[in-house]
Amino acid sequence: MPREITYREALREGLDEELAHDENVVIIGEEVAEYNGAYKVTEGLWKKWGDKRIIDAPISEAGFIGMGIGASMLGVRPVMELMFYSFAYVAFDQMMNNAATCRYMSGGLTNCPIVVRGPANGGTNVGATHSHTPENIFANMPGLKVVSPSDPYDVKGLIKSAIRDNDPVYFMESTVLYGMSGEVPSNDELDDGELIIPLGKAKVKKEGTDITLIAHGRAVVTSLLAAEILAEKYDINAEVLDLRSIRPLDENAIMESVRKTHRAIYIEENKPFCGVGAQISSMIMEQAFDDLDAPVLRITSADAPAFYSPPIEKLQLPTAEEIVERALTIC
Amino acid sequence: MAAKTKSKATAEYSDAPINQSLTDEDKIEMLRKMVRIRRFEQTSLKHYQGDKIGGFLHLYIGQESVAVGSISLLGDNDHVITAYRDHGHALSVGMNMNECMAELFGKATGCSKGKGGSMHYFAPDKNYWGGHGIVGGQTPLGAGLAFALKYKGLKGCCLCYLGDGAINQGAFHEALNLAALWDLPVIYIIENNGYSMGTSQARSSAHPEEGLAARAKGYNMAWNKIEGVSLYEIRAGVSEAVERAHNESKPTIIEIMTYRHKGHSVADANAEKYRTKEEIQRYIEEHDPINFWKKTLLEEGVITEDDYKKINREAGDEANAAAEFAEKSPFPDESEIFDDIYWEVDNNTEAGRTGRHFFHK
Repeated sequence: MPREITYREALREGLDEELAHDENVVIIGEEVAEYNGAYKVTEGLWKKWGDKRIIDAPISEAGFIGMGIGASMLGVRPVMELMFYSFAYVAFDQMMNNAATCRYMSGGLTNCPIVVRGPANGGTNVGATHSHTPENIFANMPGLKVVSPSDPYDVKGLIKSAIRDNDPVYFMESTVLYGMSGEVPSNDELDDGELIIPLGKAKVKKEGTDITLIAHGRAVVTSLLAAEILAEKYDINAEVLDLRSIRPLDENAIMESVRKTHRAIYIEENKPFCGVGAQISSMIMEQAFDDLDAPVLRITSADAPAFYSPPIEKLQLPTAEEIVERALTIC
Repeated sequence: MAAKTKSKATAEYSDAPINQSLTDEDKIEMLRKMVRIRRFEQTSLKHYQGDKIGGFLHLYIGQESVAVGSISLLGDNDHVITAYRDHGHALSVGMNMNECMAELFGKATGCSKGKGGSMHYFAPDKNYWGGHGIVGGQTPLGAGLAFALKYKGLKGCCLCYLGDGAINQGAFHEALNLAALWDLPVIYIIENNGYSMGTSQARSSAHPEEGLAARAKGYNMAWNKIEGVSLYEIRAGVSEAVERAHNESKPTIIEIMTYRHKGHSVADANAEKYRTKEEIQRYIEEHDPINFWKKTLLEEGVITEDDYKKINREAGDEANAAAEFAEKSPFPDESEIFDDIYWEVDNNTEAGRTGRHFFHK
């Protein structure tokens, strides 16, 4: 029986292993140490690693993320936690100017091996300020990498790669996924002795022949549900492709799948305007136009700030039913 | 403080141990550095006006003593980061005129291969981390460099320079809090030239009577205010902070009073409107750090007028040669556009080869 752990535990395991792997890895963020993490991702790490490696930061995102960027230029590998990725906007200058462009402006003389991680999702009735999904915004900036894992297996393998990467990686999780369980082999079950998933490799989560549902983050889970309904009720065999990392992007996996199924929908919890799906559908149109039997569709969050009222916010996010309904219009 | 006679204060600072240890050669070298910065910038101004240089050009003329004096104190584990008025710091850490001038000309031989320009000089091999264009944006990075030194157990510090206009940026206050809270060996040097672009200090900054650096009191941090015309005073004041950083791992804010002879940038058309001509003239005549140091060294018998002329001529020749070098250098190749964005791509690693990184065309 393969081992099952939660997304949160898998993430913590990845962090713990990297703390052991490299003495320059240091975790900094609000409530990450003594409080054990606002979402308990870092629970127990301070007790195990102590004050030097696990550091509680004041509520001061521009300050501590900027500090982490400066430290990374001198070879420290900071893993910064944003309690909510929405707070990235407080640190925007540091994350967009300093982390992303110093390498370029120095003609390649510097690099910033920093990870900024935290939950980037709506759907938890915390209002618009705490529900942002900025993966498209950061992926727009050359110099940055953006990762959005959808299950426990991936979150562990991807966080380890993100920390070892020598470029800034913005790692976007979901509070809704933290409690999700899934198979994650322990290291002694693995040939390589550890679970490492490269950035830039998408994963076919369910093979299919009739339509490709492409997604990242929690929208992958919604897409898998939709694929089940499509199969059971409509005899439509949907393929579900999880990008895992948005930049770098596994373009080949997308085109390969579309060339097989001839139909595609991009599903994301991001907003529609210039969203990740806008980029992907444009690429499909340019590269696989002749393979398409229908226009590429996009399903996103409603184009409005997150609604607080719980039953209404639910309606803002993509649902399996909506995916099924839209899929039926092109299948 | 006028430069006409050797003031009591100057005598006091020249007696400081850190200055007593200076050899004649050290003193001449500092003069040479200041003169080289000035000649470099005067030459760059000429070529800016000749349309050889694009964008902005923020000149340091009048402030040379700040970078030269403070950087003269640094050792192997001490680091420097600054804002966009960065030519003086770059030449002070030992970057050469050719690479700096070529960068202004946008040439492939520039220190940043023509990718950064005037505001973004870098030389990590000389512990010099930029050259930052956003006002105050470098101040958390300075705390980070200090954090890294402390994390690695190195006895060093980071000199993080900013202008008086930058002290009102939120990032600076966040950085101060972190520096004090975590005992980071960072020294924030406010180069107070009196003007936040075209807005005077009185119109831009609320502060304690003692000055801008006194805001440090709110963070329980050490601070100091220094007259910037004299290298002796700068060295004496900054060396205390360096000692504090090295021995106690504590931060300091130092305000150094200085003056820029030129506008905020060359494009500052109002440079003589928000300041009176008389004020500018007074500073040039009485507070010019190069004249002041030259006079000090003449008085001390360290140099002769001929020595100074020689230094000045050599620096001018060097700057002209740098401009010639820049002029003759090729522009970067178009293929350079996609280099130096991702470390992993540049180094052709497995990670750099996995997935698509660029999305043009």
